Amino acid sequence: MKLHEYQAKELFSAYGVPVPRGKLITNPWQAYDAAVEIGGERLVVKAQIHAGGRGKAGGVKLAHGAEEAAKLAEEMFGRVLVTPQTGPAGKKVGKILLTEAVDIEKEYYLAILVDRTAKKPAIMASAEGGVEIEQVAARSPEKIILEHGSFTGDLPPFTARKIAYGLGFTGKQAGACTKMIQNLYRLFFEKDCSLVEVNPLVLTKQGDLLAVDAKAAIDDNALARHPELRGLRDFDEEEPLEILARRYGVDYVKLDGRIGCMVNGAGLAMATMDLIKLNGGEPANFLDIKGGANKQNVINAFKLLTADERVEAVLINIFGGIVRCDMVASGILEAMKEIAVKAPIVVRIEGTNAAEGRRILKEADYPFIVADSLADAARKVVAALPGGKR
Amino acid sequence: MSIFVDKNTKVLVQGITGKEGSFHTRNCIEYGTKIVAGVTPGKGGQKMDQVPVFDTVDQAVRATGADVQLVFVPPPAVTDAILEAADAGLRLSVVITDGVPTIDMLKVLREIECDDLRVIGPNCPGVITPGEAKVGIMPGYIHRPGHVGVISRSGTLTYEVVAQLTALDIGQSTCLGIGGDPVIGTDFVDCLAAFEKDPQTRAVLMIGEIGGEAEERAAAFVKAKMTKPVVSFIAGLSAPPGKRMGHAGAIISGGKGAARDKLDALKAAGVYIVEDPARIGAAVRDVLTAR
Repeated sequence: MKLHEYQAKELFSAYGVPVPRGKLITNPWQAYDAAVEIGGERLVVKAQIHAGGRGKAGGVKLAHGAEEAAKLAEEMFGRVLVTPQTGPAGKKVGKILLTEAVDIEKEYYLAILVDRTAKKPAIMASAEGGVEIEQVAARSPEKIILEHGSFTGDLPPFTARKIAYGLGFTGKQAGACTKMIQNLYRLFFEKDCSLVEVNPLVLTKQGDLLAVDAKAAIDDNALARHPELRGLRDFDEEEPLEILARRYGVDYVKLDGRIGCMVNGAGLAMATMDLIKLNGGEPANFLDIKGGANKQNVINAFKLLTADERVEAVLINIFGGIVRCDMVASGILEAMKEIAVKAPIVVRIEGTNAAEGRRILKEADYPFIVADSLADAARKVVAALPGGKR
Repeated sequence: MSIFVDKNTKVLVQGITGKEGSFHTRNCIEYGTKIVAGVTPGKGGQKMDQVPVFDTVDQAVRATGADVQLVFVPPPAVTDAILEAADAGLRLSVVITDGVPTIDMLKVLREIECDDLRVIGPNCPGVITPGEAKVGIMPGYIHRPGHVGVISRSGTLTYEVVAQLTALDIGQSTCLGIGGDPVIGTDFVDCLAAFEKDPQTRAVLMIGEIGGEAEERAAAFVKAKMTKPVVSFIAGLSAPPGKRMGHAGAIISGGKGAARDKLDALKAAGVYIVEDPARIGAAVRDVLTAR
């Protein structure tokens, strides 16, 4: 679960990590008062969307005084920001964080994440902050510091010191940086984060260290033990169908094509999408009905899939193991009693009770197109698209 | 020969009395696996069908000589299940459970570093040596004894490729799913090393997925150490960056983990790449007949 900058900053503050003064506004009329409350001559107006690259898309603006801040915020509300991470549809701005602007002496990068290869938590830092870390990694990898951390939230002080001095801090600032790294490390463990990122970490002209931007993501598998974090999910940031999918207990990701897919298993679902593409089609979604699917899951998944108006043909690919094919077949028929489906449906079912599943579909009133292999299914669904390939 | 499990493997099941645990235990027994014990605290002395249930792993091992465990316990209990296996001196723990927090896996793998326990999973279908032992939830009948080792990060996609192999009359030495999570006990490199040493295995089929660097590391290993041919398919060429596709591990972010990068690395290491998921079995056949 991704957090917004303002939510991450609230967590940072709770863990003693200094951030610039700021206030979240949810409509343009709050902007002026919030700006006055924050004070100062210069303010930053920051769109709160779940995507990087906001700055270049016009989602971060500098304002001189409360009047201008209010004006910029008013313009930004409701705007659709398109960044490399949002996809072509972009994201609509519904929340804005107003903060004081700080006098920047130098920008740094700091992140805590899991090093999957080493199977250890890791701290990544660089004195080249404020730019995308991937660029630094590609251009000058020697400028990235990577240290593995402890297996509890208590990071040994020496590890934090190594990084602080490695970034070039000395004296009081080295102490402040050490403390900040330790605090963020504790946050990472105690809140089960999959990522904590500060970019930029700013050294101000006054000599203070501040987390000017903040990014955090929580491990979805750990949300059950963090009831305090569940309220941070922003439903406005998610596809309505994806929200529905979570309630149904299936994994669904909306994509841009016209062929709706329903598959059991994430790997097979991705391979099915790949195959549709290889055959000249475009998948409309990723949908995994999950291994332990029951009939209700199948019904829900099928409804979800067909609720996408752009779906013009459907491919159902089931490799029954734990999931029984006859159950899937009767689930599909039951779902079709409740919703009128006009799109052609190609079905490929294999594995446990596949013959029985095929029989159920063949005897149904609806003209299902039955495929006998993965390749056959992909060809048939692309051919079934009204108006041919796209 | 085979890797990790064979006809002599004695398996205990943690979570045997649960709905999933009992269902899959029955399937494993039906396949011919030696399931010698179950463990559910508080149910010691009972039986699940013919299988004796114990309160602790230690008791079960003393009474039955089990050397491998299959785990179906809920996510918050997984850490304890792994530690208990290490304590009892088991050599392999196959964790089927989906939804284990990443930090829990980091901690427990660190804790058992000095033990002889190998962990497969979590969030995986398990291991099968066709005709000998099925320690997992895969449909047994699609497999056939033979000489191709299969490793995969996926579940049903593994079944798909195994079915393709069997349909072409190509049997398998051992097939295993290593799990779709970001932090797992056994990775591609561990399996490739085991298959390289296994005299029964003549070629390896590796099914990768977007996310992480496991395939890139596998590529480096193949280049440096493998003499047997490796065929590979990577799922997710069509996936958009930044989107999570079901598996927590399958997210492309930060420029790493894209399917294309993985294919390039594998190709450069001399791995046979197949891009069409419907032709994976055929690709293995071509490689075997070309040698």
